[in-house]
Parts: sequence; structure tokens; C-alpha cells
Amino acid sequence: MNKKYLLLFFLLPTFLRAQDQDLLALLGEEKSVEYATASFKTNRVINGHSIENTAAGVLDFKISHRFSPVRQGLYDIFGLDGATIRFGLDYGITNRLMVGAGRNSREKIYDGFVKYKILRQCSGAKNIPVTLTYLADAQIKSVKFADPSRDNKFTDRVYYTHQLLIGRKFGDRLSLQLMPTLVHRNLTTSPEDKNDVYAMGVAGRFKLSKRVALNAEYYYVPDGQIATSYVNSLSLGLDIETGGHVFQLHFTNSPDMTYKGFITETQEQWFFQGNDGQLMSGIRFGFNVSRVFTVVKPKELK
Amino acid sequence: MKKIVFLFVALTAATTISAQNYFTRDGKVKLDATSSTSPEKIEALTKTASCVLDASAGKIQWAVLLKSFKFEQALMEEHFNENYVESNKFPKATFSGQITNLSEVNLAKDGTYNAVVTGKMTLHGVTKDITTNGALNVSGGKIRVNAGFSLMLPDYGITIPSLVSDKVTKDARILIDATLEPMK
Repeated sequence: MNKKYLLLFFLLPTFLRAQDQDLLALLGEEKSVEYATASFKTNRVINGHSIENTAAGVLDFKISHRFSPVRQGLYDIFGLDGATIRFGLDYGITNRLMVGAGRNSREKIYDGFVKYKILRQCSGAKNIPVTLTYLADAQIKSVKFADPSRDNKFTDRVYYTHQLLIGRKFGDRLSLQLMPTLVHRNLTTSPEDKNDVYAMGVAGRFKLSKRVALNAEYYYVPDGQIATSYVNSLSLGLDIETGGHVFQLHFTNSPDMTYKGFITETQEQWFFQGNDGQLMSGIRFGFNVSRVFTVVKPKELK
Repeated sequence: MKKIVFLFVALTAATTISAQNYFTRDGKVKLDATSSTSPEKIEALTKTASCVLDASAGKIQWAVLLKSFKFEQALMEEHFNENYVESNKFPKATFSGQITNLSEVNLAKDGTYNAVVTGKMTLHGVTKDITTNGALNVSGGKIRVNAGFSLMLPDYGITIPSLVSDKVTKDARILIDATLEPMK
């Protein structure tokens, strides 16, 4: 009997030494929450928002252009002669709450938004399969009223957008999102155009390399809400990042960069038949350039 | 009775051995990849590095969660995780090493000792042998570890694109500052 214990006495330190091979195991496995990051390269897919937010304390300066249809050829240098511009600033108040504002040359629209991440996709100690974001955006058209003799009110200039963004990052390359959207227009131009327009957006990102990604964005407007001359917005683009800039180059059939514009007032399909039956294209070139500045340093570094 | 005595001795022996382990979960590791020609600092800090030191055997191990590195610029942090260390694929950097001049280091006595540590560094899925000097400051039963060394990033399969080679150096400097406490 004693011999057994003697054996134990000699063996115990050996067991311990063997255990020492992985000293860190002594600390136990800490359970952390792994949040999905960088589902999209910036907070915009192309025209509309992505599930990404500007980080806390970061100011994002954006300059965007949309050009005339490419079909106009070399005379118009493939549409580049006719440019509309939006410049804007986005700011991250926290990592989940951001605000932004911009000015569009088209219809002289001022826009402003608040965006809040309700749920963040994560795994590990906590498991949430999707990121859920709410966006409220207002657009004010400041171009002079077409008919000054009419009883024009300020509210006639205002448009609102409410959007939910439900997105998920599938592995390192692919991210997809759905965007149920409501665009409210205080004043519309025809009885066919409803004040409230419900639309469903779908968008995705596929990473081609570490610094280049392919983006697509489509907004579907169910029938009976907008005049039949308007069509759905479809955009395809490339995101290219270089240091502190993200360049988004794309082709789209929407000349507008505001929600009310690209969802409810896009006029030409990517390909359509012209009046004389010939095949025409409504494709336009455009780009967004984003440059970020850190205004408030993260408190973890202090 | 004899059984109990043996059991007691055996357990005491085990306790003595495990009491010679020191650890931390909140070690600081600073990463500096600023190139001499860079207009901006490329620096990051984590305060959650884990370390266990087996004082009797002179074995030391480290683990750092790469996502815990905080940069001044959020975009830089995103690029660090997405494009350089690929922290989704390789979440941790680890080091497992041995103090080679253990005879010159008396961790039972207060004082500052120069320790030479040699071991294996694993980063970005690549393991390399490294040797570095560090200072061990023993005071009041705690051991403060300070060390600094360089890692050649391309050795670990982390490539610096030529576009940013004037900003990001290939030769990243690592600074460690941690206070280890006895493990109970």
C-alpha cells in the first residue's frame, strides 16, 4: 500500500512538469465576444448605406460624382462632361451611433441622417447572426419652386427616408444585406406618385483581393407607388482602398445620390429600347471618394 | 497514518512547484511599425497580453489577441486586422521560450536581472526562433518584465505593399511591459 503512495509522490512533480509545456493553459480559456468587422469597406455600398458605421471620433469626408450616360460617347467624353456632385461629412459619435450631412448639386438638395447599430453580428461568448442598423434620413430640396404663383410651403421641399439594414458577413469575402425602406414625399408631381413609397433593397460585397472589392446594390419598388416612367435603381462598383482613402468606382442608372432620388426618380434602365426601337443604355459612371480623419483619439490609448 | 503522511507530503510538494508560477492577463504590448519616412505614427497598444512564467524551470509563455491592439486611427486598425495579420484566420500571436541564463537570475530575491530569453514566436501562422534580452525586476513577490525586440514582418508572411512601404516598416518594433503576480 505504501509503495503506491511512494510512486504517487515521485510521479506528481513529473505530471506537473509535463503540464508546464503549456503554461498558458493554467490561465484557462477566456471567453470573448468576436464581432464581425469590415463587412463593407465604407459606410456606403454605392448610393445607399451599408451596415458599416464610421468609428467613434472619426470624421469621414466624402466627395461623390455621378455623370451623364456613357452612351453620349467621346463628344461628351462618355458622360464625364455632365457631372453632379455631392459632398458630405459623416461623424461617428460612438461606434454604434453616427450622423452625417451633405449637399447635392442635383436639385440643390441638403441631406442629413442619423444611423444607429441596434445589433452587431458576433460569435463566441455571445452569438448574434446578423447586424441590424436603423437609418433616418431627411432631404430638403432647395431649388426654386417651378411655379412661384402656387401656394408653396417649406414642407413641400422635404423628403424623409427610414431604412432598416439587415446584414451578415459570410466568411472573409462575402457580405450581404437587405434594406427594407420607406421614402416619404410631402409633395409629389403626379397622382400616380404616392407620398409613401415602400422599397426593398438588396446589396452585397465580394472581396476580390485584400484591397479591392466588388459591390452591387439594387432597390426594388413594388408596382403602383411611383409613375410608370420610373425604374428600379441598379448599381455595380469596385471599392479600392489605399491607405486613408477608399475609392468607390461604379456604374449605375441613377443620377441621384439621395434616397428619394435614386429609389423613386430613376428614369432609365441599364438597357432599354429608344423611341426608334434601337437599343440604348442608361448606364452612367460615378465615384465616391472617402477620406477619414481621426478627430478624437480612442480612450483606450490614454 | 503513514498513508496520510505520504499524501500530505505529496500534495505539499505539488503546491510548492505550482507556487513558482507567475502570471498576468493584462500585460502591455506596444507595436511600432512606423517607417523613418512616414508622416504618421503607425503604433498600436494592447493591455490584455497574457503571460505565464515558470520561475523554477525558467520557462515563459505569452499570448496576445491581435484584435485587442488599439490604434489611434480606426482605419489603420481595420487594415492591420484585415490586410496584414489577418486576425480572423490567425487570432493570436504566441511566444514560448526559455530563460537561458537562469543561474544569473534569482527570482526569489528582490533586484533587477538581465534575462536572455530564446524561444519560438508564432505570428500569422508562421513560427520562428527568436532571442531577446529583457529586464526582470523582482519586488515584493511580483516580477516586472520589460523587453524590446524587432520582428521582420515578411519573415512571418506579412507583406508590406510597395504603395505604403514609405510609411510601414518591415522591421516592426515590439515593446513589452508586464507585471507578473504569483499564481495561487
